[in-house]
Amino acid sequence: MMDQQDETTRRHFLTLAGGAALAGAVPTITIRPAEATPATLSTAIRNVIGEAPLHIGRVKLDIPPLVENGNTLPMTVSVASPMSPQDHVKSIHVFNEKNPQPNIGNFYLSPSSGRAQVSTRIRLADSQKVVAIAQLSDGSFWQTSIDVVVTLAACTEEVL
Amino acid sequence: MAPAALINVPAKARRGDVIEIKALTSHIMETGYRRTAAGEIVPRDIITSFICRFNGAEVFRADFFPAIAANPYLSFFMVANDSGKFDFEWTGDHGFGATASASISVVE
Repeated sequence: MMDQQDETTRRHFLTLAGGAALAGAVPTITIRPAEATPATLSTAIRNVIGEAPLHIGRVKLDIPPLVENGNTLPMTVSVASPMSPQDHVKSIHVFNEKNPQPNIGNFYLSPSSGRAQVSTRIRLADSQKVVAIAQLSDGSFWQTSIDVVVTLAACTEEVL
Repeated sequence: MAPAALINVPAKARRGDVIEIKALTSHIMETGYRRTAAGEIVPRDIITSFICRFNGAEVFRADFFPAIAANPYLSFFMVANDSGKFDFEWTGDHGFGATASASISVVE
């Protein structure tokens, strides 16, 4: 977890250092490093969170880190939250970096959910980063990401 | 082709328990990005929305994208406050619709 945060911070810094004028701007926003589809991923994230700052933490994303087959990967997202009427998770949004489309799923919860945890099965077209973002009832956004290595891709293979 | 749904809700719970709800339905979830051997795109055919209602009121909702695997599976949680009926509804491309329901009795 710490390693991941350190790495994110380092990349973030380097990205910012590229545009020196921006250095020091809003440190809680994670700007995506230059990878395959950073624009579509960050656009998809901005479509959900708008201009709000994105904090790192609170969210836990469980996906097997190394899979043979990208056609069906178990995924669980959980958020540390009391799920009370005053303090709960409103929604969870999951994104990917290198599928043809950046969205994976949106999940809408309420205080009656009792526990902020959702599981499903997803497809990944390549080894890539998966990002989960939670919106809390106070309007704040929290994220985590995980790198998944896929040895057999999904989505785009030929139909026999 | 009658869509088949599998629902797992505990039949009984104590008031205030957090229960897990599992829902799975059979669907190809065709991404729209695959090609046939002849090179033609296979048109997208996915479920786009899932709603769970309890005694008529929405308690959980999800939007699906092509990155959700075939035969979409969901697990989520709910506080059991009252006895009643869960209604599950899936909707998708080309007018796809499927429903299922399950009941729970809540004891003190």
